Amino acid sequence: MILARRALLLGATAALTGCDRLARNETVRNALFSAENFHKWAQRSLMARDALAQEFRPDQISPVFRANGTANPNTPEYKAIWRTGFADWRLRVDGKVARPLSLSLSQLRTLPHREQITRHDCVEGWSAIGKWRGVPLRTILDAAGLRQDARYIVFHCADDMGGGRSYYESIDLIDAFHPQTILAFALNDRPLSVANGAPLRLRVERQLGYKQAKYLMRIEAVDSIANIGHGKGGFWEDYAGYDWYAGI
Amino acid sequence: MTAMNMMPDSADPIVKRHRLSTRLWHWLNALLLYILFTSGLGIFNAHPRLYWGAYGANFDPAWLELDRFGSWWTLPATYNLALSRHWHLTAAPIFAFALLAYMLWSLANRHVSRDLAFHRDELAPRHVWQDIKDHARLRFPTGTAALRYNVLQKASYIGVIFVALPLVILTGLTMSPGMNAALPWLADLFGGRQSARSIHFIAAFALVAFFLVHILMVLLAGPVNEVRSMITGRYKVPEERP
Repeated sequence: MILARRALLLGATAALTGCDRLARNETVRNALFSAENFHKWAQRSLMARDALAQEFRPDQISPVFRANGTANPNTPEYKAIWRTGFADWRLRVDGKVARPLSLSLSQLRTLPHREQITRHDCVEGWSAIGKWRGVPLRTILDAAGLRQDARYIVFHCADDMGGGRSYYESIDLIDAFHPQTILAFALNDRPLSVANGAPLRLRVERQLGYKQAKYLMRIEAVDSIANIGHGKGGFWEDYAGYDWYAGI
Repeated sequence: MTAMNMMPDSADPIVKRHRLSTRLWHWLNALLLYILFTSGLGIFNAHPRLYWGAYGANFDPAWLELDRFGSWWTLPATYNLALSRHWHLTAAPIFAFALLAYMLWSLANRHVSRDLAFHRDELAPRHVWQDIKDHARLRFPTGTAALRYNVLQKASYIGVIFVALPLVILTGLTMSPGMNAALPWLADLFGGRQSARSIHFIAAFALVAFFLVHILMVLLAGPVNEVRSMITGRYKVPEERP
């Protein structure tokens, strides 16, 4: 029995090593990385374009909303805008738009906003429920006037991830115009804390946590994500191999 | 019947035991469940805590908190959440659609009704108790009785095919924020996303328990004959006990 167990363990280890070696093969790697396309197609086929992520009751909110990733961008530029209570901060909206915008926090606060109690699902497996308040991204994009050839919206952030690489994320127009996709400036009825992305963060509720870009500085409409960063559509997509479509 | 002619002197006849669909599905599952379990542990390692309810993170009480599984257990061996997810999410849809196809095919070709469904007399407490005693004494059926599944075997195959495997698939889907928007009733059914994650984990280990007992039974019942019957379909009927 002990011998059989040892043989089984050895076999399992050999198989795992085999799998690891397989994953280095270009064809296998491409196959593994393209499952994302199947999941995106399957999910988008299954749900209505504007199907809403679940919303919750106030008594279901997490006692503590865990902050993850960058806890404070701590760059000289960020410190400067933080010191003034973000009075000098401006959200730039540019790229393939008819009217580039520069919006202050107080301007954003006067726009019609949406409140939603939703669940934040981290790629790591944990979840936190929080109440977000913000301006629908659709409102901003309509004001800027997307040009015909715009396909993706890119979110440029203030946090430096090392070596001068800024965090960024991107979504396509289906998610950009989704009613729950908002630029949030408040969490649980308080202005966004630094750890949670002050002054403004993205909420794209049908996808995982790493898509919810914090510390927004600039929103850019583009026709392709191939020329941004390493071309995978986001910081973790570029450097860690995460899926661009994070609906699963 | 050609099989019988091949061994004219043998007292133990050889019969066709497993259908092609069963054999193909069995080995596909062996591969996919192996990938799914090891890559699943790799994903679990990113946050080795489990909760009940809709939410759950570091500040919330966990019902289970483990150390990270070692490199012997996980795919890939060294921690790589992205790659574990790629393996898991590539294997998962193949596994789910294969199960669905096998379920429908086994209902259509009457594998379920002929071989897996319980007969009324099998469910009599005395019969079930006898079966449990026979299993405990490792007294395996011989002769033609060995060709039918006994009540414990039926219960475990039905439990795996129609309960554990669908459960592991549905709880997996419940964890996806996209599917959550498409099918919000799933999260309600399992009591929230973190409950679904816990059930997913428990179901995965229940399948491992099934696997271990399954392997043990194959070893005790005659590994060569059993494995051959799952590869070629041909099974040597064990000699009738005197």
